[in-house]
Amino acid sequence: MRSVIYGLAGLIFGLGLVISGMADPAKVLNFLDVTGRWDPSLAFVMAGAVAVTMVGFRMTFRRRAPVLADRFHLPSATAIESRIIVGPALFGLGWGLAGFCPGPAITSIALGQPATVYFVAAMLVGMVVARQTARLIR
Amino acid sequence: MITAFTPWSSLIGGLLIGASAVMLMLLYGRIAGVSGILGRILPPVAMGDVPSSAAFLVGLVAAPLVYQAATGVKVIQTVVGSPLVMIVAGLAVGFGVVWGNGCTSGHGVCGIARLSRRSMVATLVFMVAAGLTVFVVRHGMGG
Repeated sequence: MRSVIYGLAGLIFGLGLVISGMADPAKVLNFLDVTGRWDPSLAFVMAGAVAVTMVGFRMTFRRRAPVLADRFHLPSATAIESRIIVGPALFGLGWGLAGFCPGPAITSIALGQPATVYFVAAMLVGMVVARQTARLIR
Repeated sequence: MITAFTPWSSLIGGLLIGASAVMLMLLYGRIAGVSGILGRILPPVAMGDVPSSAAFLVGLVAAPLVYQAATGVKVIQTVVGSPLVMIVAGLAVGFGVVWGNGCTSGHGVCGIARLSRRSMVATLVFMVAAGLTVFVVRHGMGG
């Protein structure tokens, strides 16, 4: 049941990415190219996503617990420490180079472009390295 | 290349992304952060999380195929970059989203929706970093 719902959520998320144009790195890069071929579309994607999520979360958090689980699993860290600057800075660098962030990259796999596969493979390696590094320095 | 400004389809796509995020939070109390979900199937793995995380990723992968089958419209995509650039970019993104504990969906959508200051900072940082990168690549390098 849980896998079915998660699978459906992933499908809806992916359809959102495709319909919004976010699975097209050219569109993403053009959003980031503020002084050049600016395409503001990504702003509308984020606005729509944040609006729905904000309203939905507000309603959800009135509940004591989720519908099908015993508690909410919310990030407890609140401190602005170096990782929350260094991590996103690196992420942004990579995103600006390829026009892919994790969601769109995974969604793009089935579209079969070789460049996507290079990106995703490297992304997974980068993630594992970060996970292991984080454990080592703990 | 120029891409068309698509306010309506982008907005609708965003609403779907939001719906997915609300679905996971309402039903299972979880943040719909793709980097977090991906992380759960990478070592070190907590086996209990694997089926649901894998299912989400399968849904993500299937989405463009479902879209094409349902609408008869091919998904347009321009992916430009040498293998080296893609690898460097992928490594940076992969390391960065784990190090910073989130990506555009985790921080940018869910974190901001929760009014998390940490996520707002993270989002600002990655947006600026990405914008600067594009600026340098497109306009700074002998351009």
